[in-house]
Amino acid sequence: MLLDMILNKYPAQEDSLIEILLEFQDAKSSHFISEAEVKQIASYLQISEAKVCSVISFYTFFRTEQKGQHIIQVCRGVPCHVTADINIVKIIEKELGIKVDETTENKKFTLEYTSCLGLCDKAPVMRIDDKIYTNLTENKIKAILAEYRVYN
Amino acid sequence: MNSKYTLLVCDGASCKTTHKANLAAGFKKVIAEKKLGEFVSVVKTGCFGICGQGPIVKVLPDDLLYVSVKQTDIEEIVEEHIKNGNVVKRLLYTDPFTQEPVEKQKGKKIYQKQFRIALRNCGLINPEDITEYIAVRGYEALASVLADKTPIEVVELMKKSKLRGRGGGGFPTGLKWEFTAKQPGNEKYVICNADEGDPGAFMDRSVLEGDPHSVLEAMAIAGYAIGASQGYIYVRAEYPLAIHRLNIAMEQAREYGFLGKNIFSSGFDFDIDIRLGAGAFVCGEETALIHSMEGQRGEPTKKPPFPSVSGFRKKPTSVNNVETFANIPAIVLNGADWFASIGTENSKGTKVFALAGKINNIGLVEVPMGTTLREIIYDIGGGMVNNKEFKAVQSGGPSGGVIPKEHLDTPIDYESLKQIGSMMGSGGLIVLDEDDDIVQLAKFYLDFTQDESCGKCTPCRIGTKRMYEILDRLTKLEGSPDDLDILEDLAVNIKNSALCGLGQSAPNPVLSTMEYFKDEYEAYAYRKVKHTYSIITDKCIGCTKCARVCPVECISGSVKVPHVIDESLCIACGACYTACPVNAIEKP
Ligand SMILES: Cc1cc2nc3c(=O)[nH]c(=O)nc-3n(C[C@H](O)[C@H](O)[C@H](O)COP(=O)(O)O)c2cc1C
Ligand code: FES
Repeated sequence: MLLDMILNKYPAQEDSLIEILLEFQDAKSSHFISEAEVKQIASYLQISEAKVCSVISFYTFFRTEQKGQHIIQVCRGVPCHVTADINIVKIIEKELGIKVDETTENKKFTLEYTSCLGLCDKAPVMRIDDKIYTNLTENKIKAILAEYRVYN
Repeated sequence: MNSKYTLLVCDGASCKTTHKANLAAGFKKVIAEKKLGEFVSVVKTGCFGICGQGPIVKVLPDDLLYVSVKQTDIEEIVEEHIKNGNVVKRLLYTDPFTQEPVEKQKGKKIYQKQFRIALRNCGLINPEDITEYIAVRGYEALASVLADKTPIEVVELMKKSKLRGRGGGGFPTGLKWEFTAKQPGNEKYVICNADEGDPGAFMDRSVLEGDPHSVLEAMAIAGYAIGASQGYIYVRAEYPLAIHRLNIAMEQAREYGFLGKNIFSSGFDFDIDIRLGAGAFVCGEETALIHSMEGQRGEPTKKPPFPSVSGFRKKPTSVNNVETFANIPAIVLNGADWFASIGTENSKGTKVFALAGKINNIGLVEVPMGTTLREIIYDIGGGMVNNKEFKAVQSGGPSGGVIPKEHLDTPIDYESLKQIGSMMGSGGLIVLDEDDDIVQLAKFYLDFTQDESCGKCTPCRIGTKRMYEILDRLTKLEGSPDDLDILEDLAVNIKNSALCGLGQSAPNPVLSTMEYFKDEYEAYAYRKVKHTYSIITDKCIGCTKCARVCPVECISGSVKVPHVIDESLCIACGACYTACPVNAIEKP
């Protein structure tokens, strides 16, 4: 299984917890960590489940609910905010019919905010999975979403 | 045909993302087709620092920059420039002052006042090829330190150079190394802080992407000085390209014996590992960072004990910032006196700033300490976009403050910025113009800090939330004049009582904006702010552009008839204002 495979790559030390969570959540198609998986990770690292949960709840990257196949993250950094003369989130919300932190009914997209992606010189910026889209305009956003709807 | 050309193609994350197509490969293909291979070589480099106009291609030896190069321009550049020796004028970088194309990079104003130490190799070498780093005296500093200096001498050298940490605090690096070196025991660690969480900061990313070996080399020098044989780079997972380049660099350094056992046959062992951040701003704080590396919640702890005494795995640890490290090989090679001769009395060397916001040359600049903001913004940054009026510059991110027009001539260093209510922080400079609302900006930062507060101490967890609520109330025109006093009181209290740097500096954006732009706060408090947009009927030509862009559909009217905004629905997003071709929209 995916989790077993990932666990085996790391030494059974508490140190590895964050790396394991990151890699696993990224690889899993529904991008979240379930209760059963928390148990398995805890027992592999020989730490309590509460410990794993407390780490998961601390870091914004980790998710405990099923997410869409594609995760759209809109940059909420100040440069993106002051440079953008369009409201990126509103445009996407309207296109997809969901609000921030929600997932579309067909489980295709989840919309989130992210902190600065360090590409402020190309603001406004968003990221879909690990692809980054810069210098966004309304038409560009629509075209990108249309592409995902059709091809992915 | 000119003798031999080199094309430096920018491969920084910024340029890479603008055009998904691979420019370097495109050039190689066209050159091969034209059988020009022996006359020209193509090299991928790191960021040139004017990413706003990327992708960028530099031609050597002509020392000339082509900007916004597209896949479709490749053919022309190769045919005209390489084959026929003619400059392709339409792609040349244009000076924002004179509006003239610039043929020589050295003549460019953006480079004239700059002085590159930390960024010395960025944009000039291929970061994925260790031999190019070696060719610019790479790993020579490490070799010379291991051959000729004792660890104590290295510490003394750093102290003499007066280098101060570039991660925000400005603590002298030599002293930090000395404390760590003096601790008993032989299990010690070097950590490179590459968490760079300040919104608007991207210099550490650029160093890691453009010159990763300089950081690895400096970490090994630090390890030798303090007596550590293991280093870690804590890098945020938001920087995939930086992580990729670091991995390549570490592998190559091991292959060449610059990392690993018995480096340069000196008996010194040192290796480096990467640890990833998982999206928590507070993890940039060194004690929180160490907890995060140990697989814990990234909550800060009270200092002392400092990491130099009890850090990673409770062992003495020196945490230094990426840019701090990037300076170190240059200091070893050129000497402490050279470094100490640059900058101001108490702040030596240079600082890299990330220019963003309403400015013409967006990107990285590196200037000697003591350069004024005016020089950075107008001479290097090319001034304001559309010649709008400068309002303020935000420095130091969520821990810093705004600097208004009257302080533009302050020579910047650690102390002077603190004096005017801001701070150096990591070096993000966000330029604001007359259109930007200062109170909204402060609210934005408070929203950020209350969200990122780790929740461990009460002043920060609850205090920043209350501050945010007051700002929210004010900007919705639901506040009162009393709110201003409460806000200020709260800010001062949080500053004095929070546990870590995050909370202690969280009120800064509010305090500094209140100091310089009190009138804007008052306008909100006394509800004098008109907070919606409206249409000047006389000017409106009925083009319908505004109605089409309005996200809440509160604009009505038919073609060629003046439109109307329903002000009860307007969310003041400004979309109509930008869309209007005849300036018929009145701002709040
Ligand atoms: C809330 C907070 C966030 C910080 N973020 C960073 C950061 O992103 N990068 C960094 O190098 N230092 C950051 N620091 C400073 C570190 O705690 C530490 O002082 C620094 O890494 C030491 O390196 P230097 O001496 O080379 O500056 C932060 C501090 C605080 C309080
Ligand atoms: S603010 Fe959006 S990338 Fe930095």
